[in-house]
Amino acid sequence: MTIGLGHYLSVGAILFTLGVLGIFLNRKNVIIILMSIELILLAVNINLVAFSSFLGDIVGQVYALLVLTVAAAEAAIGLAILVAYFRNRGSIAVADINLMKG
Amino acid sequence: MYEAIVVLPLLGAIIAGVIALVGARNRYPGASPPPVHDDHAAPLVPADHPRAAPSPPSPHAVIDGSHAEEPQTEPPAAGSQAAELITTTLLVISCVLSWFAFFDVGFAGHDARISLFTFITSGDLHSDWALRVDPLTAVMLVVVTTISSLVHIYSIGYMEEDPYKPRFFSYLSLFTFAMLMLATSDNLVQLFFGWEGVGLMSYLLIGFWYHKPEANAAAIKAFLVNRVGDFGFSLGIFTVFFLTGAIDFDTVFAQAPGLVGKNFHFLSWNFDALTVICLLLFMGAMGKSAQFLLHTWLPDAMEGPTPVSALIHAATMVTAGVFMVARLSPLFELAPVAAAFVTFIGATTAIFAATVALVQNDIKRIIAYSTCSQLGYMFVAMGVGAYSVGMFHLFTHASFKALLFLGSGSVIIAMHHEQDIRRMGGLWRKIPFTYAVMLVGTLALTGFPFTAGYFSKDAIIEAAAVGTNPMATYGFIMTVAAAALTSFYSWRLIFKTFHGEPHDRRHYEAAHESPKVMLIPLALLAIGSIAAGWPFFTLFTGHGAGEFFRESLKFGPNNTVLEDMEHLPVLISLTPTVMMIIGFLVAWQFYIRRPDLPEALARNQRVLYQFLLNKWYFDEIYDFLFVRPTIWLGRLFWKGGDGFVIDGLGPDGVSSRVLDVTRNVVRLQTGYLYHYAFAMLIGVAALITWFMFSGAHG
Repeated sequence: MTIGLGHYLSVGAILFTLGVLGIFLNRKNVIIILMSIELILLAVNINLVAFSSFLGDIVGQVYALLVLTVAAAEAAIGLAILVAYFRNRGSIAVADINLMKG
Repeated sequence: MYEAIVVLPLLGAIIAGVIALVGARNRYPGASPPPVHDDHAAPLVPADHPRAAPSPPSPHAVIDGSHAEEPQTEPPAAGSQAAELITTTLLVISCVLSWFAFFDVGFAGHDARISLFTFITSGDLHSDWALRVDPLTAVMLVVVTTISSLVHIYSIGYMEEDPYKPRFFSYLSLFTFAMLMLATSDNLVQLFFGWEGVGLMSYLLIGFWYHKPEANAAAIKAFLVNRVGDFGFSLGIFTVFFLTGAIDFDTVFAQAPGLVGKNFHFLSWNFDALTVICLLLFMGAMGKSAQFLLHTWLPDAMEGPTPVSALIHAATMVTAGVFMVARLSPLFELAPVAAAFVTFIGATTAIFAATVALVQNDIKRIIAYSTCSQLGYMFVAMGVGAYSVGMFHLFTHASFKALLFLGSGSVIIAMHHEQDIRRMGGLWRKIPFTYAVMLVGTLALTGFPFTAGYFSKDAIIEAAAVGTNPMATYGFIMTVAAAALTSFYSWRLIFKTFHGEPHDRRHYEAAHESPKVMLIPLALLAIGSIAAGWPFFTLFTGHGAGEFFRESLKFGPNNTVLEDMEHLPVLISLTPTVMMIIGFLVAWQFYIRRPDLPEALARNQRVLYQFLLNKWYFDEIYDFLFVRPTIWLGRLFWKGGDGFVIDGLGPDGVSSRVLDVTRNVVRLQTGYLYHYAFAMLIGVAALITWFMFSGAHG
């Protein structure tokens, strides 16, 4: 069995779904939400690289690198916010973070 | 001079009012007065309370607590004495000037018309503040200022213990001012101004002890009943203006003959113009003068302090209606139907009030009903065209009725705020002076020969006997019958109060004569009650009337009442005197010789007795006819109109629906991150789905 584009896209879709489910099935920890976002971004990257290889267009891979950079920056900022938040409120449980409640 | 007569009381009122306001401010700086304990609450105050009334709860508080007057609970207001002195002095000056005016206008014939300044100018409507001083006004000026200054003096003693004297004197003086404005008015609007002014002051003075619920209720009742009359009065003024285009007396009177036989078209009916005008204006007089059907407020008005009852509800304000009919005699003279109605109402009031007075037990209420009855007499005279005779009775009645009221005030003080005559008795030994003046007042009221009432009341009965309008005979019969009843209830009051055995030992022993400042006005009024008759008899009746009143009273060419009165058979002239004697003898038999008779009679004639005791059930009937439906209607509008329609469906309903919606929308904002993320994803999924499917078409 040769591994074709469909397989890559399937892996990407599975990763994406896992990330989405991770965001809103998780009731415990904000760090898990951050990790889920990383998963979603990776799923996108896999899509980009797969299409790039399939179409023979290098731009997709360049774009994937760009996404990786942004994901790293986002993870850094997200963790920094989380640390600051924990210092201020003493908890990062998702259930406790509801300051925007109307 | 005339300006001074009218303005001096106003000045006094303003000064006393300022004193009252300043005093109130100093007493309760920066706050509204604390709730005042009323006399029922006083015994409940703990004994160590520094202001607790010293008097123990009186045994009759349950029966008659509503009439117990205010015991002292507070120190008198600052400046009380200054307020008393200023208002009284100004009033006395005004009174002296009025007597000058009376002689100047009445005898020297110097009528005056002083235009002060413009009141209203609007289109054709023009009204001035003006003083019209003619003999009719002069009579009113003298009556009002004399009684008022005597009442002022008397009040210094009577209100001795009251903490709010400056306010009281301010009201009294302001009342006098309003009454003088009424008497000197030169047009209907100024008359109406004075009319409402006295009504307002009457309201304020009846409710002077405003912490007593009965006084407040009586004040509101007086005001509302007067509104009914004033509604008619104002409609009458509108009609006059509509038909003549003017409201000043001279123009209206000049045009009056042209209105005879004219029709007034309203909606789809045609009325005789003058009859409509006179009936509407008389409706105002009925309210103010407490005539039959609109009389219910007067007895209740006795909740006010006694000097107020004497001044407003006996001598002056209630006679405003009589004065108004006399002032408008050129109109009434041309409206025979209205004049007959005036006689009818007057006669009915005379007999009705007299019957009720027979069985009342409150000393002030008896006199109040007597006032009502005597006002009826005056209207009988007005109705048959004997205007000057009616004015004569107004003049004499003012002095003897004020005397009776002030005398009863003296009795009430002596009996320590007891007003029920069943609890009095034998008082003549304790308060001989009050007894003497009350006796004089009673003689004058019942028409004992050569007292003031004898001349004026007999003149009214004679006028009714010779009157030519269809109601004159009815008037004659009723006034003669009322004369007997008057005599009976007046003597009943005297006998039960001053004779017999004391019924309340404790009060009897404590009874004391009033201070001199109260006795002097009584003495002066007693002199007036005797002397006001004879010297003025020729001025007000017979040929003298025409010369004295000149233009101010109009006697039509067919009006020969005054002439005919002199040719009356002696037998008829004697009837009132005979009636008076009968009334006296019956009262003597009932209350001196056989004191058990009245009770036996009341038991035998239970229905009649209850009927009279409950004042012909007028209050109950009005309660059923007007008060209850009004309350029902008010509740309907409140619950149905305001509560259901406005709050449920109207603007409030709409706003509360909006609030409901927003409350639910707000609930969507849970604040949980994953809810927002979920919503976002749903949105993204929906958008993508949309693009995919629409892309398939495109």
